[in-house]
This record gives sequence, structure tokens and C-alpha cells, in this order.
Amino acid sequence: MASHGIKDQVAIVGMGCTPFGEHWDKGADDMLIDAAHEAYASAGVTQDDIDAFWLGTMGSGVSGLTLSKPLQIDYKPVSRLENMCATGSEAFRNACYAVASGAYDVVMAIGVEKLKDSGYSGLTGSRPPSDGTDSSLTAPATFSLLAPAYAHKHGLDEETMKEVLTRIAWKNHKNGALNPRAQFRKEVAKETIAASPLVAGPLGIFDCSGVSDGSAAAVIVRAEDAHRYTDKPLYVKALSFSSGPATGALDPSYDYTTFREVRTSAEEAYKQAGISDPRSQIAMAEVHDCFTPTELVLMEDLGFAEEGTAWKEALNGTFDLDGDLPVNPDGGLKSFGHPIGASGLRMLFECWLQLRGEAPPERQIDSDRTLGLTHNLGGQPGACVSFVAVVGSEVG
Amino acid sequence: MRGIIGYGTYVPYYRLDRSKITAAMGAGGGRGHRAVAGYDEDTTTMGVEAARNALRGSTVTPSSIWFATANPAYLDKTNATAIQAALDLPQDTWAVDAGGSARSAEAAILGAKGTPGVSMAVASDLRTGNPTSNDESAGGDGAAAVIFGDDEDAPVLAHTLGFAASTGEFLDRYRLPGDDSSRIWEERFGEQAYLALAEDAIERATKSANVGMEDVDKVIIAGLHARAVRSLSRTVGDKLVDDLTGRIGNPGAAQLPLLVASVLDEAEPGETILCVHLADGAYASVLRTTDAIADYAPFATVESQIEGGSDNLEYNLYLTWRGFLDREPPRRPDPDRPGAPPTFRSEDWKYAFVGSRDRTSGAIHLPPMRVSMDGGAVDDMERIRMADVPATITTFTVDYLAFSLSPPTVAVVIDFDGGGRFQAEMTDIDPSEVKIGDRVEMTFRRLFTAQGIHNYFWKARPLAD
Repeated sequence: MASHGIKDQVAIVGMGCTPFGEHWDKGADDMLIDAAHEAYASAGVTQDDIDAFWLGTMGSGVSGLTLSKPLQIDYKPVSRLENMCATGSEAFRNACYAVASGAYDVVMAIGVEKLKDSGYSGLTGSRPPSDGTDSSLTAPATFSLLAPAYAHKHGLDEETMKEVLTRIAWKNHKNGALNPRAQFRKEVAKETIAASPLVAGPLGIFDCSGVSDGSAAAVIVRAEDAHRYTDKPLYVKALSFSSGPATGALDPSYDYTTFREVRTSAEEAYKQAGISDPRSQIAMAEVHDCFTPTELVLMEDLGFAEEGTAWKEALNGTFDLDGDLPVNPDGGLKSFGHPIGASGLRMLFECWLQLRGEAPPERQIDSDRTLGLTHNLGGQPGACVSFVAVVGSEVG
Repeated sequence: MRGIIGYGTYVPYYRLDRSKITAAMGAGGGRGHRAVAGYDEDTTTMGVEAARNALRGSTVTPSSIWFATANPAYLDKTNATAIQAALDLPQDTWAVDAGGSARSAEAAILGAKGTPGVSMAVASDLRTGNPTSNDESAGGDGAAAVIFGDDEDAPVLAHTLGFAASTGEFLDRYRLPGDDSSRIWEERFGEQAYLALAEDAIERATKSANVGMEDVDKVIIAGLHARAVRSLSRTVGDKLVDDLTGRIGNPGAAQLPLLVASVLDEAEPGETILCVHLADGAYASVLRTTDAIADYAPFATVESQIEGGSDNLEYNLYLTWRGFLDREPPRRPDPDRPGAPPTFRSEDWKYAFVGSRDRTSGAIHLPPMRVSMDGGAVDDMERIRMADVPATITTFTVDYLAFSLSPPTVAVVIDFDGGGRFQAEMTDIDPSEVKIGDRVEMTFRRLFTAQGIHNYFWKARPLAD
């Protein structure tokens, strides 16, 4: 028994992505229609050409009807998936497998989330009835546990740690300022970021990703059919998913400076894609920067930096738009926003633009590398699910 | 001969300086401090803490629990069941409430004393009163537990030599169910009624004990009627025991056993103690300590708990905790109520803080799990109670967004001595003082109340020195 991957068997031939933000004038239905039709146009297909759909949403609807009703899909299969904040990636992964299996010729993966209708701060969700002993911590609080643990382990004082986290938020805002689809489209001074009101631990408002509405979609076909739709398809090199035993809060050997799920999913993805040194082989990465310490730890877990050095690399600008390995060139969750079910597909949308040379010139990465990576995380340190995809503009 | 074989007390961490009431309101308040239950405490949780202190270091297992309070967390539902569960006592324990008035403490004490086997009386009170009222400043919060048994159970520390009680039907203090504050009749009226009832009970009690007042070494006078207590106290001279009202206030139903405990904390063998309680009548008992008292070391003395408290509590926070001041809630959903069936299934975990330990690898799972995280063995676990095991903080955070009656929420990841990890809320702590490496212990608390259901569970608090 083994995992084999589906390298170069399927390809993305069209994508759509709505602007992310506070869409008081649009419901989930509207955003699904906008993203789907942008993707159809991008691939040069009509809705009738799509054989099956995979819809990712955490809480903006249940069942396939959430998609088939607003789009008026005529009696085609629609799967509705949920895998916490990695929901959008999960829709994409399953859609790819359906094509690779030969079951369908043309499929769509689409994700959506309508968060701004709740009236609450941050994320909310309903949980099954419980004994009342589950942690009631908010998402920023659970991720903030990484900061003191990382600083303690690697000998950073509080001031330096805050500087590192601020630098990450500053970089992602700088990138988002160049992205017309991003929720926050302006640079923010480091002093403003560092002085923002505290949300959890050392994390201020500016250390948190944007709570927003949005939708993104991809049209996927077999690799050999891809050129019927576009001259510049994006080939799927690797898809990996890791769901952990969630024992971080039980196991004294877990030290809150890493995500074991990310390490295992990255290792699997690199094996599928044949990547030996991600730092030098990947052109760009879109990673799950839900909070600034998450991006810091991910740089090490994804193999972009040696353990204990990501903080220096972040300060040195390694992951800036013009750095050695640009991370979150579209602004990331921080600046583009994080409508849960859409985020995984939004990450692929940036790969779609960058690797095809279609990003706006002010943020187009100039690289001879042909691979892009997306990383999507759900849960919290010690208890999470992690997804890694590698896509590339060339076969092989 | 049957008698007291153990006891424990609980004085909550916080103190309110009464002058803060006067400063804020221009009225009320006074001198000294009152003890204040945390926002996450009620009479049941304080009763659990007192009972834990009574049982820690003891080898006995009570077969009955008599719980008394004038401020029950639930009506119609027994509160002593939560105490029984939190103490991890077996199903064949009889746990019962006596409630509604300060006098019900007498029922718990006499009930436990008179029930065969090892029996524990737990008295707990959380005293509230309208802002600026006498009850607000004079009241105090706390709990005490007394274990009765015979010498074959554990060495008897004190015997009851004699007892008598009297009853009077008159309006002293009274409160309609659901009200925040009691109403009190003119004090001079109650004073006269109480003095006559006390004289009668004391005379009969000393007579039945066959002692004269000259044989009595110490006199405890408890009761919520301050004027009657003062008058009676003047008649006993320097035998009077400090009733601690200046330092922690009057904890109502818990006052009598708490003061008995404070005397036993320092008692010598052979001391004779007259205990008087004024509450809708008078109760008088004569205790005599045995030689065993010299060897008894309470888990935490009343004095050490009073000394260990914080007097930094601000009056606005006190009012908020007691529901007299509503803060703007966070823009977050209200917490979900715990479900009855899942709570029933996890009683050992939720109430007794019992995890599971892999019989092969020894890995401790909190909460308990059926499949081991170390080796994957299925259903090869033994239960392990972690409530009394100290732990060390591994990492922590302060959550300014989470729902709390007293934000922010402090959360800690703790590693227990000898193994086991848990992510806990931390309480009785200034958020700016939490550090990696700090030592903590577990405490039974009420996390919140949702749709009429109190959500009880364990939190971490700084380990007492």
C-alpha cells in the first residue's frame, strides 16, 4: 500500500476569483456565480461542458444544492466538502482525482465563504453538542501559542519576536497593496502594525488575517486534453493531505514550534513532485498565513528555511516579492483576506497568474523556475489538517 | 466515640477592600476586607475546594455528603451530586443538599455527625447584597468541610461533649427566591430575640456537656446578625475567637464550620470549645479536642489562605462578577450549553478530572482516549485522576476576544509532574504575570452558565506556596 500521486495527469485550464472583502451587497450565491462564470470564460467553456462539481464551504451552505441552485446546474453531481480552513484545497484535490480516475473529462472545483453576515468578530461555527470541556479559545489565541514557544526555543527576546511578526504582516500588506482583488490594498507602516490593539498574546489586529467574503474556482481536465482549452495550462504535480491525531495538547513531546501535519504533507508533496530542495526549485509559494507566527513556523516546516532560522530569513527579506523565494505574493490570507472555503483555490489562482506570466507587472515575479506551491491549514497548532499542492507550467 | 476526624476550608483568592465601596459610591463600605468568590466560582465549586482540602492527605472515603448553602447554584436539582462527582467518590455515596438559609449548615453538620460511617458536611456560601448595603460589605464568600467518623476510620480530633438548640420564628432577614439581596428588619428587634434564644441554648448545651463556662477555653460566636453577635460576644470576654469578619467578612452558612476549623488549626489537646450559631434560633455545641489534634496537619490552614489572597480587586470588577454591572459583551456568539448526555458520558473527566493511562506505554491522555497516542493500543487504558497533581506551564496566551465573564482569558499548556499534558484556562492570576515554567495546580470552577446550565470544569491556578 502506498500513495502514488498523480503528477502531470491533470491540469488547470481556467480559473476565476472574486475580489475578497466585505461584500455587503453580495451573498454566497452571487459570489459563486461570479467565480464560476469567470472560470468558465477563462477556460473557454460553458456550464454545460462541466461534468461534475466539487464545492468547498465551511459554513455558507450544506449539500450540493448550495451550488446547483444558484448556478441552475442541470442534474450533475455536486459534492460539498468541508475540511476546516483547508476546505477549498480539499475541493480541488478531490476534483483532480475524479479527472485522473477517468470518471469525468471536465470538472470544476469551487470554494466560497460568506463570513461578514454573522455580525461577529473573527470566525464562528456551530459545534455538535458536547460536555462543555472543549477549549473555548479563539483562533488567534490558539495560534498565538506558537510565538512564546518559538521565541523561547530559539532564544529570541520578546522585542525581536514582535519585530519578526511585524515584518511578516508588513510584507504581506505590501504585496496586497499591489493586488486589485485583495481585501486590504494598502501598505501599513511597521509602527502601526506593532502598535495595533492586542487580540491574543503578542498578536495585534494586524497580525491576523482578514475576515472576508469571497469565492474562487478552477476548471480541471486531463493533462493530454489541456491544450484544447489553453496554451498555458497549469499541471498538477502534487497533492497531499495530512490529518493528525490531534495530540499536541496531550503529548508533552510537542513543543508548539512546528506543525507535524505540515511537515508530513510537505514531505509527501515533494516526493510526488520530485522536489529535493524546495527553497531553490520553487518559484513562489502561497502559504496559510492565518496569523503571523503561523507563516514564520511554516517557512521551516515547508523546508524553506532551516529550523530556528526562519525569523532571520523573514527579517532579511528572503520571502519578499523580490526575495529568493517570494511567499504570498498576492498578499496572503493577511491581506487578500480569508473566506474559508475559497482560500485554497485563491492560492492556486495566484499560481495561475504568476506561472503564466499574467500577474499585474508590479507584482509579476521574474523567475526561471516553473513551480508554485500552495499550502492550506485547518485547525490549530497540535491539532490540524494540512494540504500542500505543487503546480507547474511545464510537464516533467 | 464518634467525632471530627478531618476538616478542610476554602477562602477564595480575591479580597475587596471595603473602602473601595465607599470611594465609589459615597456610601456603604467601611474598614477591612471581604473575601470574594471569583467570577468562575459558586457555592458548589467552593464546596468542592473545601472538601478536596479536607480529603487531601486523608485516607478516608466519605459514604455521605451533606451540602448546605444559603445560595444554591441550582434549585430543584441537588448540588451535592456535583461535589460527589468532583471528589471522584463512588456511586454508593449518599449526597444530599440542605439549603436556603444559613441555618441549614446546622442540618448538614448534625446530619453528617449522626449518619453511620464516614460522613462529610460541606457548608458554602456566596454572600451578595445591593451595592452600599450592609450585606454587601459585611458578607464574605467561602466554604468549609468537616468529616465525622469513628476512631477506627481515623483518629478523632474532637468530640462533641454536649449540644442544644433553640428555634424562633421571627423576621430577621429574608429573601424571595431569585432576588439579589436580602431584606433585613430593624436590627434592634432581632438582637433581643437572639439573645434570649442564645442564653437558653448555651445553658442547656453546657449542662448536657457537664461543663461550666469556667471550663470553656474558647468561644466561637457565628451568625449573620452582627448586632446580636456583638452583644453576645461582650459576655464571653477574652475567650472569644476572632470571627475574621474584618479580614474576610461573614460567609453565612459556612461561617460556623470555618471558624471551628480556624480554632482546630491551632488547637492543643484537651481544649474545650463552645460553638454558638445564631440563625433563626440558636445552636450551641461544646467540643473537646483529643490528643490526636497535635498530629493533625490540615492541607491548608484558614490563616494561610487568608494570607495568600489578593486585595487588588477593584469594586467595578466585583460588581460585574456579581451581576450588578453589565459590561458590553464581545462581538462573539454566546457559549453553547453543555449537552446532558455528553456530560453524563464524560462525568469522570469533566467532574473528577480523570484521564486514561495506557497500561503498556504509560502515556497519560487528557481527556481520556480509548486508542493510545503512543503505540495505538485499543481499550487498554486505566483511569488516572489528575486533579491533585501539580503541573508546569509549557506555553501560554492571553485571549482578548474569547467570551468570558471577566476578560481576558488566560490559557496555558501545562505538563503534569510524572506525565500528562493539558491545555487549560488559568484563573486567580494577573494576565501580565504568567510565565513559562510557572507552577500550577488544578481547581474546580464554573466556566460559564448557558441556558440555565452551569458548565463546571477544571482550571489551572498558581500553585500555593
